[in-house]
Amino acid sequence: MIAMLPVPAVDPVLDTESWWWQPLAIVGLKVLVVFIIGLVGTMFMVWFERKIVAGMQNRIGPDKAGPFGLLQTLADGIKLFFKEDLIPERSDRFVFKLAPFLAFVPAFLIWSVIPLGGDFTDGRDGTVEWFGQITRVQLADPPVGVLLVLALSSIAVYGVMLAGWSSGSKYPLLGSVRASAQMISYEAALGLSLAAVLMAAGTLSTSGIVAAQDQLTDWHLLSTGVVPFVVFLIAMTAELNRPPFDLVEAEQEIVGGFHTEYSSIRFALFFLAEFMNVISMSALLVTLFLGGPQPLLIGSFDLFAVLGPFGGTAWLLLKVFLFLYVYVWFRATLPRLRYDQLMDLGWKVLIPVALGWFLLLAALQLGRDNDLSQVGYVTLVIVCLVVLGLGYLLFTAAISVARRNRDREGAAY
Amino acid sequence: MELIVFVLASAMVLSGAIGVVLFRNPVHAALGLVLTLFGVAVHFVSMEAHFLAAVQVIVYAGAIVVLFLFVIMLLGVDRAEDLTIEPLKLQRPVAIVLGAGVTVLVAGAVVRGADTLGRETNASAPGDSNIRALARSLYSDHVLAFELTSVLLIVAVAGTVVLTRRLKKSEG
Amino acid sequence: MPEQFIAPSIDWFALSPYLVMVAGALGLLVVGALTPRWPRGLYSLVSALTATSAGVLAVFIWNDVAEMGPGTLVGGALSHDAFAQFVTIAVCAATALVALVTDAEVRGTVLEGPEIHALLLTAATGAMVMGASNDLIVLFLGLETLSLALYVLAASERTAAGQEAGMKYFILGGLASAVFLYGIALLYGGARSTNLGEIVARFQSTVALERNDSLVLAGLALLIVGLGFKVAAAPFHVWSPDVYQGAPTHVTAFMASVGKAAAFAAMLRVLVIALPFHRDDWRPVIWVLAIASLVIGSTLAVVQTDVKRMLAFSSVSHAGFLLVGVEAAGHRAGEQISGDGLESVLVYLALYSVLVVGTFSIVAVVSRHAGGSTDISVFAGLGRRRPVLALALTILLLAQAGVPLTSGFVAKWGVIQSAVAERSYAIAIIAMVSAVIAAFLYLRIMVSAWLADPSEVEPEPVPAMTGVAIALAAAVTLVVGVYPELLLGWTDAVSNFAR
Repeated sequence: MIAMLPVPAVDPVLDTESWWWQPLAIVGLKVLVVFIIGLVGTMFMVWFERKIVAGMQNRIGPDKAGPFGLLQTLADGIKLFFKEDLIPERSDRFVFKLAPFLAFVPAFLIWSVIPLGGDFTDGRDGTVEWFGQITRVQLADPPVGVLLVLALSSIAVYGVMLAGWSSGSKYPLLGSVRASAQMISYEAALGLSLAAVLMAAGTLSTSGIVAAQDQLTDWHLLSTGVVPFVVFLIAMTAELNRPPFDLVEAEQEIVGGFHTEYSSIRFALFFLAEFMNVISMSALLVTLFLGGPQPLLIGSFDLFAVLGPFGGTAWLLLKVFLFLYVYVWFRATLPRLRYDQLMDLGWKVLIPVALGWFLLLAALQLGRDNDLSQVGYVTLVIVCLVVLGLGYLLFTAAISVARRNRDREGAAY
Repeated sequence: MELIVFVLASAMVLSGAIGVVLFRNPVHAALGLVLTLFGVAVHFVSMEAHFLAAVQVIVYAGAIVVLFLFVIMLLGVDRAEDLTIEPLKLQRPVAIVLGAGVTVLVAGAVVRGADTLGRETNASAPGDSNIRALARSLYSDHVLAFELTSVLLIVAVAGTVVLTRRLKKSEG
Repeated sequence: MPEQFIAPSIDWFALSPYLVMVAGALGLLVVGALTPRWPRGLYSLVSALTATSAGVLAVFIWNDVAEMGPGTLVGGALSHDAFAQFVTIAVCAATALVALVTDAEVRGTVLEGPEIHALLLTAATGAMVMGASNDLIVLFLGLETLSLALYVLAASERTAAGQEAGMKYFILGGLASAVFLYGIALLYGGARSTNLGEIVARFQSTVALERNDSLVLAGLALLIVGLGFKVAAAPFHVWSPDVYQGAPTHVTAFMASVGKAAAFAAMLRVLVIALPFHRDDWRPVIWVLAIASLVIGSTLAVVQTDVKRMLAFSSVSHAGFLLVGVEAAGHRAGEQISGDGLESVLVYLALYSVLVVGTFSIVAVVSRHAGGSTDISVFAGLGRRRPVLALALTILLLAQAGVPLTSGFVAKWGVIQSAVAERSYAIAIIAMVSAVIAAFLYLRIMVSAWLADPSEVEPEPVPAMTGVAIALAAAVTLVVGVYPELLLGWTDAVSNFAR
């Protein structure tokens, strides 16, 4: 019976012939580790954000609970647990209860496909041997890894959307409508910039993507020419509803947005999900563009060489930290966008840029596959640029004509 | 194991579909649809079609039903409709009988013809082969269908413009 | 390294009609969006020219096919045969005429602009693809392109009736498409391919007696239901009177011509070409559909008082005639000498497309003058107000009735003759009787136009381009009626009509 469990589907590296307790133990251990990383990381992130923002604003921030206020999140959590659980009278009870879980679960599951460590250097495939079994340092490595992340983030939209709708009051509804429009709009840009990475790596599996970034020049940050990275970073910030894209919960306009009516543990779930998403999406960004657990070698000097097999994990954490800091920095620095600016940025800037860049990369890839000569390459690039330029001109012309028409005839709505 | 997955996924699909029909609240019906789509995705996974499963979730659950919900919320039609008034009294029983009849006939045909169905298992194919095969057939055998879809999208765009254009408020 | 990818070869010239149509639609949209409003009628002229040039290209391709024999295009997705070119020419002709009529109908409304013409052109592309498809998936996509554009066009006018028509058409059409798609899925399960050529090959090689066909038969049944809806054959015609009446008249003309032609072309592709070895299974169904359409169409048409509704029922009865031809084609489908069924249906389609556009154009002119009413009373006295228009109407209606010396006679004669050649006497007799019944309906309109006292004295204005379209339609009707050899000689020149 055990031998028929579909674990191989989850982790194709695991040996399915010699089955006993080891694979189960490995999978169980991984689940546990991922879960703990998720929770502890979130706790840390809340503290980290408050502390950094406080520092940037010349305040002290939490410092009472535990050393440096590290346990502040725990204290807040316990407080939330014991608060009264309110369900608004005009709410849709079932959906109201369901929504926090829809937000929370996908945030956790993203961790399952992120390679957390392992040695990917020099073309090694990052597998390790535990209990005599070959496996990867990631919970699951499905062949469609990155798409799974996209699928999960598209499910996360439901949490926000249904929370706002089921509350049965106006501000949450506004918040959730804003949120879903924003998340759908930016998902397109996210996907298009992702496509550039997938084309460079030639695979959808996350471990394959990491393995493809062996040298610094192979890091997709550089090999795809930085533009997809920038688009991805911005689109991701919008997906996460983080400042400066936090119109979803713009407290000056719509109270608290979609979770206005939530309290107690349900609110805590939303809160957790939000911060966990920040960490897991940062980890995804690192995996896609910065080589995940790949070390950044200076000459042949590896900063974390002393950690031995845990070096990869240390590198991953370091890189994730960097982005966590960037996010907090964004929040402390950038003013919130207006709604129309948000949509303009998404549809009129990010999507065209990501698409155009993707086409350019695809043309170059095609040139490489066909062994073009130097002259051929230059012609190819020039032709591409001309086509893209024409497209851009048409695009701007259309926008300006539309604006003129609107001025002349009045808005259509 | 495969049987258990099949039964569970089918239960998801069917209960979701029944929910879509029976729920009075449009939002609940849309959620039933999501359940159905997820069930189908599970079926895809159990048939090793990982890519289709992921696309099913991203496109249908992630985009299309979200748009449904979006429209429902924006239009404020998230209240139950009164369906008790029926202009043609006979309509419903006849529809039920006919629907059940067609279901039974088609199901019967499928059961009878089950052994003529092609059986192709490709479970041993590694990693990306699934996606590569898909890309290959999309750009060779079905390239025209692929391009035709873009014509379909032109229709959608032009149609949206035609249907949403309003009268100008005042001619200058 | 994976094996080298081999792209299918593409014969650009053979695809040129489709490319021209799509390019025309895109050009209209893009240039139209960037420039100020074009002078009157230019949108219509451009789209009519686009459709005409696509049709002319199809004539050249026809010559190629006639010389080199049929084949397939783009990896077996499209057929490259005379059948496809014939449908393309018919669709392009009807589209060009409708485009001319559309101008006057949308002038001065919100709809004036490139979009409606782009929709016409893309819908026509879908119809052409349906006629040429050699793969069920392509067929379905063509069907959806056509249907989606038709839903929008039907609802394009902001009247309650127009919106209702669009909504009804959309919901029922969506259901029919779903049924059709399910049929494709089952057929795929049974035949393990969606390619028509491969489906034929699969059933050719198996011995008929040992076959377990239940999947194919279930799929076939669903396909017939879906197609029956699209061609508006009784008992799947219920939507058509409401939609024909509620939709704007130029759209009704498009639906009745291009929509019907494409749906029948698809039906021939699926039944006669893809499933000839199941002909004994589907022919009786078509027989019943044909008789039901003939009887219901002609009898219910007679009791209507609204001209558009009358013409809707008359188009159901025309569908019956076409089904008679399909039934006749079914007798010897898949054989070397396949009889005249297929040709007769195609000729009928082409002729009917042209004359139905002409008829609806006149209805559009008259009803526009009468403030949108299409009641038969508004036609009263048309002969005194506009004798030439009334004459054109008479010619077109006589053709619909199938009176000799008009193209309608050639068309009806063709299908009935092919039915008689296959010894389907019963269906041929019913067809002729119902033609007589339907003739009464056309007479009613003509009597009203020539003999009744005018309720309105002021003659209706005939917009120039609509006038051209009506004149062209009437001219084709007469010329083909008097010299049928012109058309029939052309079709007879091709021995191997479909691949």
